[in-house]
Amino acid sequence: MMARAWLAGALLLWAAPIHAQEGLSGPDAFSDIADEQTRSAALFEEMGKVLTHPRCLNCHPVTGGPTQGDDMQPHSPPVFRGEADFGAVGMNCSTCHSAENVEFVTEAGSIPGHEIWMLAPVSMGWQGLSLGEICAQIKDPARNGGKTLEEIHEHHAEDGLVGWGWHPGEGREPAPGSQEMFGQLTRAWIDTGAACPG
Amino acid sequence: MARIQTTRRGVLAGGAGLLLGLTLPFGRGMAQQAATGPFAPNAFVRIGTDDVVTVMIKHIEMGQGPYTGLATLVAEELDADWSQMRAEGAPADGQAYANLAMGVQLTGGSTAIANSFMQMRKAGAAARAMLVAAAAEEWGVPAAEITVKAGVVAHEGTGRSSGFGALSQAASRLPVPEDPPVKAAEDFVLIGTDRPKLDTVAKSNGSAQFTMDVYRDNMLTVLVAHPPKFGATVAGFDDGDALAVPGVEMVRQIPSGVAVYATNTFAAMKGRNALKVDWDMTGAETRSTAQMFDSYSAAAAEGGQTVEETGDLSALDGAAQVLEAEYRFPFLAHAPMEPLDAVIELGGERAEMWFGSQFPGLDQPTVAEILGLPQDDVKINVLLAGGSFGRRAQGTAHLAAEAAEVAKAAGRDGAFKLVWTREDDVKGGHYRPMTVHRLRAGLDADGNIVGWENVVANQSILRGTAMEMMLQGGPDATSYEGSTNLPYQFGASRIGWAEMENPVSVLWWRSVGHTHTAYAVETFLDELLAAAGKDPVQGRLDLLPGDAARERGVIEKVAEMSGWSGSVRGDKGYGVAYTKSFNTYVAEVVEIEDRGGSPHVTRVWCAVDCGIAVNPNVIRAQMEGGIGYALGTALHDRISFSPGGEVEQSNFDDYPMLRISEMPQVEVEIIQSDADPTGVGEPGVPPLAPAMANAWRALTGNRQYELPFGGGSVA
Amino acid sequence: MTTFRVNGQDHDLDIDPDTPLLWVLRDELRLTGTKFGCGIAQCGACTVMMNGMPRRACVTPISMVEGSEITTIEGMDGPEISAVQAAWEAIDVPQCGWCQSGQVMSATALLQQIPNPTDEEINHAMAGNVCRCATYVRIRQAIHDAAATLEG
Repeated sequence: MMARAWLAGALLLWAAPIHAQEGLSGPDAFSDIADEQTRSAALFEEMGKVLTHPRCLNCHPVTGGPTQGDDMQPHSPPVFRGEADFGAVGMNCSTCHSAENVEFVTEAGSIPGHEIWMLAPVSMGWQGLSLGEICAQIKDPARNGGKTLEEIHEHHAEDGLVGWGWHPGEGREPAPGSQEMFGQLTRAWIDTGAACPG
Repeated sequence: MARIQTTRRGVLAGGAGLLLGLTLPFGRGMAQQAATGPFAPNAFVRIGTDDVVTVMIKHIEMGQGPYTGLATLVAEELDADWSQMRAEGAPADGQAYANLAMGVQLTGGSTAIANSFMQMRKAGAAARAMLVAAAAEEWGVPAAEITVKAGVVAHEGTGRSSGFGALSQAASRLPVPEDPPVKAAEDFVLIGTDRPKLDTVAKSNGSAQFTMDVYRDNMLTVLVAHPPKFGATVAGFDDGDALAVPGVEMVRQIPSGVAVYATNTFAAMKGRNALKVDWDMTGAETRSTAQMFDSYSAAAAEGGQTVEETGDLSALDGAAQVLEAEYRFPFLAHAPMEPLDAVIELGGERAEMWFGSQFPGLDQPTVAEILGLPQDDVKINVLLAGGSFGRRAQGTAHLAAEAAEVAKAAGRDGAFKLVWTREDDVKGGHYRPMTVHRLRAGLDADGNIVGWENVVANQSILRGTAMEMMLQGGPDATSYEGSTNLPYQFGASRIGWAEMENPVSVLWWRSVGHTHTAYAVETFLDELLAAAGKDPVQGRLDLLPGDAARERGVIEKVAEMSGWSGSVRGDKGYGVAYTKSFNTYVAEVVEIEDRGGSPHVTRVWCAVDCGIAVNPNVIRAQMEGGIGYALGTALHDRISFSPGGEVEQSNFDDYPMLRISEMPQVEVEIIQSDADPTGVGEPGVPPLAPAMANAWRALTGNRQYELPFGGGSVA
Repeated sequence: MTTFRVNGQDHDLDIDPDTPLLWVLRDELRLTGTKFGCGIAQCGACTVMMNGMPRRACVTPISMVEGSEITTIEGMDGPEISAVQAAWEAIDVPQCGWCQSGQVMSATALLQQIPNPTDEEINHAMAGNVCRCATYVRIRQAIHDAAATLEG
């Protein structure tokens, strides 16, 4: 019964047009915007649904430590960034987080995990920023870890920790769409000139 | 319900009120000793041939220091060296080990030192007298010429000397003195000085044995699925999936829920997750916290029954200014770090238990009744407890009862370890009662308080428990203590209590009624003093009668320690509060900062008068810990009910504990005193939250009528 | 079958791979110094060293421990833990004691990396270890004292 429902769901997804995948539209949905720069900015706004989702924002704090949960509460226990964006000495991210999500035994929920689990550097902090500000930051090699736009695409489309956002474990809402679609949006945004929303 | 076995001369008396005559169980040890056994002149002292002195501690060690405290009292009169002292938890034995303040074997009310002070000293003095008599006989010298110092028995004239061990066999054959003399306070060597605690080493290297650390042969670990709402019961269950979990051996219904038995803890957890229980919600409490507060508030507004009255409250009618406030306090879980647990082993028509029994006097008869055994065939080994704060002293013996039901339902002999998870603990009731205080007071044109009314609405803690007889049909003072018997001269006053019905189970929680009364009284008083333009410290002192020397002593001391000079200095606020609880006087000053709209307590000064300071080190530790315990609660904690009646918290993520990053600096001073010692486990708690609220109001103007404060900052 | 080392001893255990390390240590190996306080990495009572770094055993499935070196409080050795325990004893840090194994483990991990930590560094490193008795004043002091011993 369960398996059949799952199969039906999977078929539906497979058959669905790419611009309507779980809360995220694909590049095709923007093809009728004639002006390329406007289209590019619109594509970034769509990417913004991922970038500003709690799954991403929680570990892109601007000051202090990470937040957690769909309501972005301060991290509990209190966590401090540390010099390597990996928590305080004596209480690193890896003191609790593992290479994969681990379900709690005595209650619903899980502790998230991935092979690399750490905060984005301060220069890549997004919390409280407008989408335009986030966009400018992503494009700025001085603040994005020296990445070219191609490397940004690779990061969005391939990076495992980014991909965790769509497989966050029990008790957390996944980021909208899929990493593949996020990659496609990033590709289209770059190809249209990587314009930022105003 | 099981009956409590009280000592012959004992009666059940409330709190720290009645101190009974000494009932030393002398004579138990003497005649029974085999030639090679240790010297045990009474139920409390054992001296081995290796010079080791072991004190059987009748009060459970759950962090408040009775192992060290009671051993100190024995060592003092025995003139032992501290290095030869050991402590061991006394087993359940209502005759030998009753709390003399209560007539039953129970730890609570911060009474451990107070009720044992003379009893333990007499126990030590008796042993000393017998060692001296044995030496006198052996050496052929007068007992009066023999001295004992730091574990050495000596005779100056002959130059002979001996340790305790070498004399112990001879001593054990001598009669036990009925009423050995004890030292005068000025001769104390150990009492009043610092020394290492007896349980520190084992607790620093992981070797200390707690209940959860007990493993018996072929033992099964048991988790119980409890009802999701208070008042719900088991309608039925499907254990198919649970039994399919490898390691799960059986599933049984017991009165408190459905028990899952497994060969290891993880299997028991998985098995319980897989268990499907159909709950009968017919009698379940479905009110939300907001709905409960509304009914409590309405009851408080009606005035309740009068439990204390002084003068004529109509004085308020002529007051120049009348202030009113309603305070709301949530249910609170104790959340000791070691969740509730108990090991029980059945076999050969006997039961043996190992757990942190805080109330052996009730746990033992309760288990005996459930298992249909004579009480003497239920042995309870009282182990170290990983915190309690009141949680393990249950007037219903519900944990011991659940363990017994688990063993009984298994239908066979064997050992069973009952374990509660943190979620079971946080959702499991037995909370500090939620409470509403309604206060009203008036000032005359000169700013003098002319009338004071406080109506408290909450549940009785004792009603429906084995302790209900203490009420003798009257109101339950544990629910409002601290609102009555105030030292302040308010002119006319009236204290009312409205007893609320609520199926949510309640229990005493570290400092009991004072957890909320101190807050309501001391913050409302602060507002009155502010309205009258008076300084919080001087204003309090001015309200004290002339004979309130000890109250005055702690308030003046804490003002001096903190360099008190008003409520605001720069960007910091200062607040003071005073409480007498469990016969101990405590005043605290809190220094607070506003960090982004959240209160952050940076320093706390504490002055305590607990009579003779038996162990200053332990007293300071209890004040420091009580302050931290109170601060975490004031900042963060509430147990709340959703619409529909489910507890909304489950673990430390949503019922947060204070963390080190929130812990202020704490300075403690102990008032020198020759009065009999009083308790310290609880009295550090009550003044903290009101002092903090007073500091916060002074700094920000914000009045906090409901706890917790919320927010809080971590850095 | 999971293979790992605990306190220098090799173990091969045939056990449910989801079993948290905490319960393997306690129920199977009877190393009870590592405590259960919350089960969700909130309190730190179950802190052990995994390949030399502090780790909460309650959220560590045994399958993830394959090939790892685990050290519990019973197996700790070295100048830092000695200094920490001596400092703990000197000022009687523990009250109920339940959380203290975890506190000692975290404090040791801190001192292994920062020999002379500030109050802030102590607060940051120890923020994941709850003490319900609130012995924090003495924990902070004892870490400073241990640091002084190590430097001295």
